[in-house]
Amino acid sequence: MFKSIVLVKQVPDTANITGKVMKDDGTVNRSMLPAIFNYEDKVALEFALQIKDTYGGKVIAITMGPARAADILRECLFMGADEVYAISDRKFAGADTLATSYVLSEAIKKIGDYDFIFAGRQAIDGDTAQVGPQTAEKLEIPQITYAEEILGIKDGKIKIKKKIDGGYEIVQCKMPVLITVLKGAAEPRPFQAKRIMAYKGAKTLTELEKLTEGNSLLYVDTMKHEYEERNLFIETYSADDLKVDESRCGIKGSPTKVHKVESVVLSGGSKELIEPTRDGMGILIDKLLEDRIF
Amino acid sequence: MHKNEVWVFVEQRNGKPADVSFELLSKGRKLADSMKGVLKAIVIGHDVKGIATETFKYGANEAILVDHPDLKLFRTMPYTRIMNDLIKQHNPRIILFGATVYGRDLAPRVASNTKSGLTADCTDLKISDVKYLGKDYPQLLLQIRPAFGGNIVATIITPDVHVQMATVREGVMEMHPCEKPFPVKITEVAYKPIDIDGILEVIEQHVEESKVNLKGAPIIVAGGYGLGSKENFKLLHDLAHVIGGEVAGSRAAVDAGFIGSERQVGQTGVTVRPKLYIAVGISGAIQHRAGMQEAKKIIAINTDPDAPIFGVSHYGIVGDAAQVIPLLIETYKHKLK
Repeated sequence: MFKSIVLVKQVPDTANITGKVMKDDGTVNRSMLPAIFNYEDKVALEFALQIKDTYGGKVIAITMGPARAADILRECLFMGADEVYAISDRKFAGADTLATSYVLSEAIKKIGDYDFIFAGRQAIDGDTAQVGPQTAEKLEIPQITYAEEILGIKDGKIKIKKKIDGGYEIVQCKMPVLITVLKGAAEPRPFQAKRIMAYKGAKTLTELEKLTEGNSLLYVDTMKHEYEERNLFIETYSADDLKVDESRCGIKGSPTKVHKVESVVLSGGSKELIEPTRDGMGILIDKLLEDRIF
Repeated sequence: MHKNEVWVFVEQRNGKPADVSFELLSKGRKLADSMKGVLKAIVIGHDVKGIATETFKYGANEAILVDHPDLKLFRTMPYTRIMNDLIKQHNPRIILFGATVYGRDLAPRVASNTKSGLTADCTDLKISDVKYLGKDYPQLLLQIRPAFGGNIVATIITPDVHVQMATVREGVMEMHPCEKPFPVKITEVAYKPIDIDGILEVIEQHVEESKVNLKGAPIIVAGGYGLGSKENFKLLHDLAHVIGGEVAGSRAAVDAGFIGSERQVGQTGVTVRPKLYIAVGISGAIQHRAGMQEAKKIIAINTDPDAPIFGVSHYGIVGDAAQVIPLLIETYKHKLK
């Protein structure tokens, strides 16, 4: 029986950017972007679910983000997570990786004991691969980054195959340990129809508040109670709930600042156009010979 | 204690120094010069005094050497602790790490512990006085990197913390051996193992000498997502074979499974400076351009005449690779053989 906590993130789909996404202060206007479940985090969740399938236990997914990040928590429930938590507060906004790892580590401490923390190696909006290791350091636990395969768990130790530059390592580590997972490590299981039916209505407090807005027949407190009864209430941890040091959260707690942002205007137009014909190729090769390339 | 120390974490794998570390020393030398500071190499491993000595060829003023049998292989816990302790003791201004698997494992932990700013995968680094929110900050490290799907180039600063950390991919900075090596000054620091250092054991390690040498290839034929399939990549292999080049790909091509990640050119792949770079079906996002725009000559082949890749190319061919490449091969053979 092992308990896993999985760190998941909702990310802007950077491959499909449209409109004006950058705010004047250089941060990202996420509301302008389609938001998706960071794929490597889904693979991390799959790792945790596989451990549960084999050894039994529990899988908890947590995410730090704005209210709409609850979407991916529902998706975690659809895949098989037992419990999910939203870590959300205006005070967390604008966090860099250091401030993020601080809040996540405090949320993990509040959730309690665990054997594993899983996370994707990196998120596609920054590609930094920093939050996993930074969280592990704050929790004072070891880490295995770039995990490719779980080879087994025995005597309180997990054996992992992990990527290194030019090859791989087999490492064995005492639990608890934080593990970051590579894209190809596992195929995330599809959402289960039964679980979609069961959890599609799961809601955070903010979402319930929205429902009750402008409807005098609905009361948030009664709805919350009702959702809790039906196991559909998604707990949110705020800065107050976590009793965090606010100077270490959000933009205040972030040492890295965006000093300058330049939009990239990529213009087309080669110095010299070559016709896609046999003659064109002849001219090109002559030019390359002149350039002493060949 | 010198107030302007620039450090480079010198990575070694099985006693062999990583190229990226010497590239960073070359860059670190320039940064140290522009802030009248000193450059220090941090060398951790076993029997690595030779590597410490080599750092003076690239401009190190001093090498801090931590040499112990238990440090032969990189392991997160002891390496992190050593770095944390050294930083707290010396309070350097800048630390550079290679954006390798080990570097990306170590740097964030060290940043987390020392509450330092850390910017990943920088494509340029500069020292400059900065005015930020009405306050003057002398000699900050400008950490420049494409961000957000390549739609922007961001300059990141860490104005209010002392230690500024950055990771840089291999090949991004150029390696410049000094004309005359700096005088050797090695300071050995003792390592005392503690229990938690042994919490993770490396049971096996498999490293293959990479057969791919994009950095050293004089000619590179690179394909993008626009090629549409793995099969179409065969055209690139044919062309590379005939003209004597290596095949590479954009990140989109790697993500689509057309080609292996060890052949990825760009910000999160390898940066190359070949004599000739042929970009086929590559749109030319900023992250890709960051990895190839210093090629001596660039040929772009794309069906979209407005593709940004044409903006950095010397020769542009608007056309379908499936027709253009066989023609190019045939003409080359005809003219040169």
